[in-house]
Amino acid sequence: MSLLSPLAALGRMALGLLASLGRIAIFAGQVVSHLFRPPWYPREFLHALIQIGWFSLPVVGLTALFTGGALALQIYAGGARFSAEAVVPAIVAIGMTRELGPVLGGLMVAARVASSIAAEIGTMKVTEQIDALVTLSTNPLKYLAVPRVLAATLAVPVLVAVGDSIGIMGGWAVGVHRLDFNSAAYLKNTINFLESWDVVSGLIKGAAFGFLVALMGCYHGMNSGRGAQGVGAATKAAVVSASVLIFAANYLLTELFFS
Amino acid sequence: MIELRGVTKSFGTNHVLRGVDLVIPRGSSMVIIGGSGTGKSVTLKCVLGLVRPDSGTITLNGQDVTKGDRDAFLAQFGMLFQGGALFDSMRVWENVAFRLQRGALKKPKAEAREIAIEKLRRVGLGPQVADLFPAELSGGMQKRVSLARAIAADPQIIFFDEPTTGLDPIMSGVINDLIREIVTEMGATAMTITHDMSSVRAIADNVAMLHGGKVRWTGPVGDMDATTDPYVQQFIHGRAEGPIESLR
Repeated sequence: MSLLSPLAALGRMALGLLASLGRIAIFAGQVVSHLFRPPWYPREFLHALIQIGWFSLPVVGLTALFTGGALALQIYAGGARFSAEAVVPAIVAIGMTRELGPVLGGLMVAARVASSIAAEIGTMKVTEQIDALVTLSTNPLKYLAVPRVLAATLAVPVLVAVGDSIGIMGGWAVGVHRLDFNSAAYLKNTINFLESWDVVSGLIKGAAFGFLVALMGCYHGMNSGRGAQGVGAATKAAVVSASVLIFAANYLLTELFFS
Repeated sequence: MIELRGVTKSFGTNHVLRGVDLVIPRGSSMVIIGGSGTGKSVTLKCVLGLVRPDSGTITLNGQDVTKGDRDAFLAQFGMLFQGGALFDSMRVWENVAFRLQRGALKKPKAEAREIAIEKLRRVGLGPQVADLFPAELSGGMQKRVSLARAIAADPQIIFFDEPTTGLDPIMSGVINDLIREIVTEMGATAMTITHDMSSVRAIADNVAMLHGGKVRWTGPVGDMDATTDPYVQQFIHGRAEGPIESLR
């Protein structure tokens, strides 16, 4: 009996994980299906777009700036081992647009947005505001989740595009001022090596990450437990699951796009 | 008329409702009393469809509440929640006019605001509160705003969940009188759940007492004091000794 108990615990954990994945998949399906069915709530969508897109710009921009700069230093130091310092502009540009822009941008949005969505909707749940929505003939999923998920799916690629530009600029600034690159040559190298698919693939990743971040925020908020502890747990779960899903989706999309 | 027949509901091993039978005639005010955890809120949520009963039927004017057009069904209802449940990201008037700015009952913004201010006036609040946020109001004012929201679309049925919880006795009296006046003047069917005996006497035409997941006693409010049912007597007099265990 005692020999089997760790196996039983493992089985319970696996079943619990699969059940959670199933519930999330059903929730995602419902959100997507409601995207195409009226009524729509344009005011809530615009509000979410400003909250998720506009107010995330500083944090995404700063992350990209420092990442671009650090990347230039690393590539320069690594490249020096086999006299390939000249690849700095191309590697910074490709690294930022394909991987670091979308992944780090997505993670920063997950930290900022998934937590705030989960806390807001979770608090609405424990203070009966979601029940109040139902009694006011408003579908909470349509009113709360759909505008936020749509806004994040559209806003995060734009944030990624801005982050890519700022990251490349960070690499350029370090390249020119610290590593003695010629400014014009650095920029020319960046433009020559960068292909449009490098940028587009990163933007598609950004849209997928935005969708996942808002979906996790809404899902955990709407399934929040009671009281302050319940909302706290929902917020934590939203950020953790959004971050893990970003990494998983990043691998799958990279495999799909580049292998 | 709202009619519940043999309604049961369990949450895991917790059997909250064990066969509730209750009739609320059209235009009457029914108050459901009972100790904490006896299933009063679950009963109310079952009628609204917020909780799905495990068995039994709930009908509104002869129609099963779980079937038919849900929006049309909910459009007949107004509800005052225990904590107010006001949307804290919206101004007071937007809360009151929520139903009037969306869906089938949508009206132009100016008209919706005008109706909201009129409803606020009806619950004793001036137009100066219309542009405040709920967090800027006292508990009593929030309850009144919530009451104004419940009556904004002139519903035929209004539910009140613990309308006086957390209020001082004077404000409780004000809310009780408001509820009685509004229900009478609108001719609405009302269902209230409360522990507060002053609410029961002020609001009720009929009273039902829930205990152990069933309706223990029901009758006109005038008969409540005269009943010999020991459960009702213990509850309305607030005695620690009696058939209802004080430690639950």
